[in-house]
Amino acid sequence: MQRRIVQLGILLAMVFTFANASAEDLVIGARAEPAIDPHFSYLSTNLAYARHIFGVLVQSDENSNLKPGLATSWKALDDTTWEFKLRKGVKFHDGSPFTAKDVLFSIKRIPEVPNSPNPFTGVIRSIKSTKVVNDYTIQFKTKEINPFLPKNLSEVIIVSEKAAKGASTAGFNSGKATIGTGPYKFVKYVSGDRLILQRYNGYWGEKPVWKNLTFKIISDDAARVAALMGGDVDLIDFVPPVQVAALEKRSNLKVFKRSSDRIIYLFVNVEADTSPYLTDLKGNPLPENPLRNPLVRYAISAGINRDAIVSRVMDGLATAESQTIPSGWFGYNDDLKNPEYDPKFAKQLLAKAGYPNGFGITVHGPNDRYVNDAKICQAVGQMLSRIGLKVKVDTMPKAVFFPKLGPPGTELAFGLLGWGNSPLESDGLVGLMHTYSKEKGMGQYNAGGYGNPAFDRLIEKALVTVDAKKRDQMEQQASKIAMEDFALIPLHTQYTIAAARRGIKFTPRADESTLAMNAVKD
Amino acid sequence: MTVFLIRRFTQSILVLFLVSLIVFIGVYTLGNPVKLLVDPRATQEEVAKITRDLGLDQPLHIQYATFLKSALKGDFGNSFIHNISAIKLILQRLPATFELAFVAICITIILGIPLGMWAGLRPDSFAGRGIMAGSILGFSLPSFWVGIMLVMFFSVKLGWLPTMGRGETVALLGIEFSIFTPDGLKHILLPAINLSLFSLSLVIRLTRAGMQETLPLDFVKFARAKGLSTRRVIFLHVMKNILIPIVTVLGLEFGAIIAFAVVTETVFAWPGMGKLIIDSINLLDRPVIVAYLLVTVTIFILVNMVVDILYSLLDPRVRLGEKKE
Repeated sequence: MQRRIVQLGILLAMVFTFANASAEDLVIGARAEPAIDPHFSYLSTNLAYARHIFGVLVQSDENSNLKPGLATSWKALDDTTWEFKLRKGVKFHDGSPFTAKDVLFSIKRIPEVPNSPNPFTGVIRSIKSTKVVNDYTIQFKTKEINPFLPKNLSEVIIVSEKAAKGASTAGFNSGKATIGTGPYKFVKYVSGDRLILQRYNGYWGEKPVWKNLTFKIISDDAARVAALMGGDVDLIDFVPPVQVAALEKRSNLKVFKRSSDRIIYLFVNVEADTSPYLTDLKGNPLPENPLRNPLVRYAISAGINRDAIVSRVMDGLATAESQTIPSGWFGYNDDLKNPEYDPKFAKQLLAKAGYPNGFGITVHGPNDRYVNDAKICQAVGQMLSRIGLKVKVDTMPKAVFFPKLGPPGTELAFGLLGWGNSPLESDGLVGLMHTYSKEKGMGQYNAGGYGNPAFDRLIEKALVTVDAKKRDQMEQQASKIAMEDFALIPLHTQYTIAAARRGIKFTPRADESTLAMNAVKD
Repeated sequence: MTVFLIRRFTQSILVLFLVSLIVFIGVYTLGNPVKLLVDPRATQEEVAKITRDLGLDQPLHIQYATFLKSALKGDFGNSFIHNISAIKLILQRLPATFELAFVAICITIILGIPLGMWAGLRPDSFAGRGIMAGSILGFSLPSFWVGIMLVMFFSVKLGWLPTMGRGETVALLGIEFSIFTPDGLKHILLPAINLSLFSLSLVIRLTRAGMQETLPLDFVKFARAKGLSTRRVIFLHVMKNILIPIVTVLGLEFGAIIAFAVVTETVFAWPGMGKLIIDSINLLDRPVIVAYLLVTVTIFILVNMVVDILYSLLDPRVRLGEKKE
């Protein structure tokens, strides 16, 4: 009997052992669910999926630098006209040729996608008109000077006019309209489960490495890690930092990481006159908003030990930052430094500001949005209580947290936020710190309500400066103004972390996208 | 019977209506989903336009009226994330959850009742005590933890079973099922075991308690005195008596398993309704949340109805539709 059981066990083990897939196949365990219609929802994860199937005029490489895609070259003819020369001989997956008409169609389709809660309209906001000069030349007229148009166009997915005309979401999900020029062809999408793609042999660029490419959608962090360890997938994205050490110990796995474009910072509400989250030591709301006093913001910044957050909370998988532009990026100001961590000094600053005994403050934050978000809030809370503030920490799901944010009228006093810089580097300045203006479309994400005319003037000028060197200078100068005001309190940039089985080499991207094109056989 | 069904039906409609109202108000108070969904770089105008397009600028009662009107026609609105009809999305995911729940309930019955009987017949034996101790563990261990442990042991360490996902499917009457393929069975085993743990423990305890209550009763003694074999006494007479509460609980558990497969589906990345609802809640995908809860309530109502009917078949003393006056 016992022998039988052993035999059966061995048999089962043999049957159940992971069937070896071909070396030309890649299975990626991905955190995010795709939207197959590439113009439906403007999320970086959707763009990443779309980049496999479709092409873009201008490609963005792993360091978020621009390089030719479906357009081979581009130049500004005058202040508001851009001309793009298109690549010749490119064929869609159905064999039809790619021409300027497809570009025009894609641009026109974006605002017409029905029911979209998050359309791509913002990306093409600056385009006033599009003109097809000939099959391989296209011109864009912008409303104002827009030096960022090529960058904007790196996020405009080009669909085939022939296949996508009048197509609905169902048409895309079935694959009928999902015809692109990208390196992989659409095969099948099972909602909530997987997306299957196949190598497109007619791709204009470098030959795609993988014959069959499958994305398995595994939203749970632990499950994704287990799937890699169990050999069900070859590569996973968004590895939780706590797992990195354990994964690195396994000889059959490899971890790939780099600093991302996402800056994590604390917003400081200077807009509200009073707040229920700013109280005296007994818990009654203060008659004034102490955060309006720059000395208080200075004290908070000096009271936060960024290095400790990076090493303890983030397990070393983050880089401390002194501004909203990540180190080494366009517009990054090398001279800016955070105030040194000094709780005693911070206490003195508070006393100077008129709060020798501190005051009550609530640190708010999401608990399911950024890497270790809730833990960072707790750490910040502890540090601030060391400088004499009476701190409460309140973290909540992002679905509850984000609707509480302005501008205008942020309900919270102080809290944690993050910002991805890749789509447009200047947005880390304009979107986050320009005075909120509905008309200008600036300061749209300025949750704290900070405003400084000197900063506004400088950054508005930078936005219409085509000369990159000058713009860089202006942005650096603007950064300095805002940071000396403590418009917000930068903490760190989180890492993009991926892990793969041995035999695969993956290059993580600054924009946190997971692209099979960045995975090669090792 | 007919009267019973009609009355149940009207009650159900009322319940569905109330639930839709409560859920709608609940979701409404969570705030404007556009703020969460829209790209932060969008201008106020763009946000306002999207809000208008989705009808979210209307006051609550008008939004609810609009929803109710189209819901009566079977249209629960389009998912904000997937841009297809919410109800269709849920029904697409339903078979996956259903088969998972089905296998889990089979495990519960096939293992739970015999184990419970054993524990009831020999309460002081080593095996009996072991079964009871195990059932306490089944009750008290959190299922996400057990799930991860199962994966770590059977998939990562031993490599016998896949860590996650649903296996190969075959279409049966136009619906995709995975339990009819070997690959599908391999995939379903771990999540089904994980899902069944709680109800398994419950059934073991119920069966044991039932056994211990029934065994000393006169009719058992009488049956034994009559010279019936132990097997016949236990499997026919005793079983029939203890089965009634078990069937009730199994029915309720089946509903609960379907509705609350959320944790297991998340841990095992099982593409069912539970994973869908979690994702939808995270992204405030209102139409899906509302439709999901209504579908779940409907399932509960149906399951309860079936249980009541089964109940009357098992125990003829129970009459359906009889009003106590």
